Amino acid sequence: MVEQPTIDPMHQFLVQKIWQGPVFQMGGVSVDMSITNSVASMIAGGLLLMAFFLLTARGQIVPNRAQALAEGVYNIVDKVLVTPIIGHHGRPYIPYLFTLFCVILVLNLMGVLLAVGSLGGLTLTFTVTSQLAITATLAVLTFFSVFILGFVKHGPKFLGLFAPSGMPLPLLVFMVPIEMISYFVRPVTLAMRLFGNMLGGHVVMALFGAFVVALGLAALSGGLSTLLIVPSALSFAMIVALTGLELVVALLQAFVFTALATVYLNEVVNFGHGH
Amino acid sequence: MEAEAAKLIGAGLATSGMIGAGVGLGNLFGNYLQAAIRNPSAAASQQTMLFLGMALTETMGLFSFVVSLIILFG
Repeated sequence: MVEQPTIDPMHQFLVQKIWQGPVFQMGGVSVDMSITNSVASMIAGGLLLMAFFLLTARGQIVPNRAQALAEGVYNIVDKVLVTPIIGHHGRPYIPYLFTLFCVILVLNLMGVLLAVGSLGGLTLTFTVTSQLAITATLAVLTFFSVFILGFVKHGPKFLGLFAPSGMPLPLLVFMVPIEMISYFVRPVTLAMRLFGNMLGGHVVMALFGAFVVALGLAALSGGLSTLLIVPSALSFAMIVALTGLELVVALLQAFVFTALATVYLNEVVNFGHGH
Repeated sequence: MEAEAAKLIGAGLATSGMIGAGVGLGNLFGNYLQAAIRNPSAAASQQTMLFLGMALTETMGLFSFVVSLIILFG
């Protein structure tokens, strides 16, 4: 009887140290400068993005393939999101939204495409966007930049966002708290959506991967259990299909995050225009 | 009942919130398809709204997923 491997789909999300860096105290908080697999993946993603845009930044009239790809990604943000939703007043904010889209897309895709597993118990490839800390950082950054921009642009009038116009006073007493809750839960939903989608997808993929190995090993023991090779093969086919689905989800979640950021920005930019 | 068993059952029950998200997503895409078949020329312009609605609907399901994770590992 072959020893059964343990099924642990959450192992891939463990943050592990690759290189032990210096630990020092700064204002009573100990700062650990170690390189973990999460940090390494983020650095790799950042370098990949920078290399891609350095290579395609020199615009040619007849674009080569890489430039056409970069322009296509830019058009998703500009032509599909910002221009239809905000209008031409949204142009100054395209750099932030485009950066957001690219960062999430690259980190998502790296998580799916490089999800080949671990080496010596150390998970080298790592889905950065499946960490709530990372998605919460992106969400809080986006939400509060937009919120502060509202006050910078409109001053205290911006608080009128919480009081829908044409509402009788008795109703307003109830509506303002509800509006405020639904407004301030936005960063939570932004963070949870990306985190949940990436985590869920990768757990399912890891589970089916464990099925392939466990059922395949059981089939090797001979006798009637050789039939278990069938569900093992089916699980493998499922992994192939799920990888395709995860590629779509990676693109879609980057798109959705940027789209919601654009919608939130639209409330600020076109505030009071009834747009 | 042991606390560990109750925890596992609770985590399983918490995922039943996804029923609502499933119904919502089905409604959303079904209605989109119906509208798109009736007026195909207007379909492309509403795709952004479709994905926005999908994201907002999906969040409800993800909340239940997160709650069950909190019960399991929290």
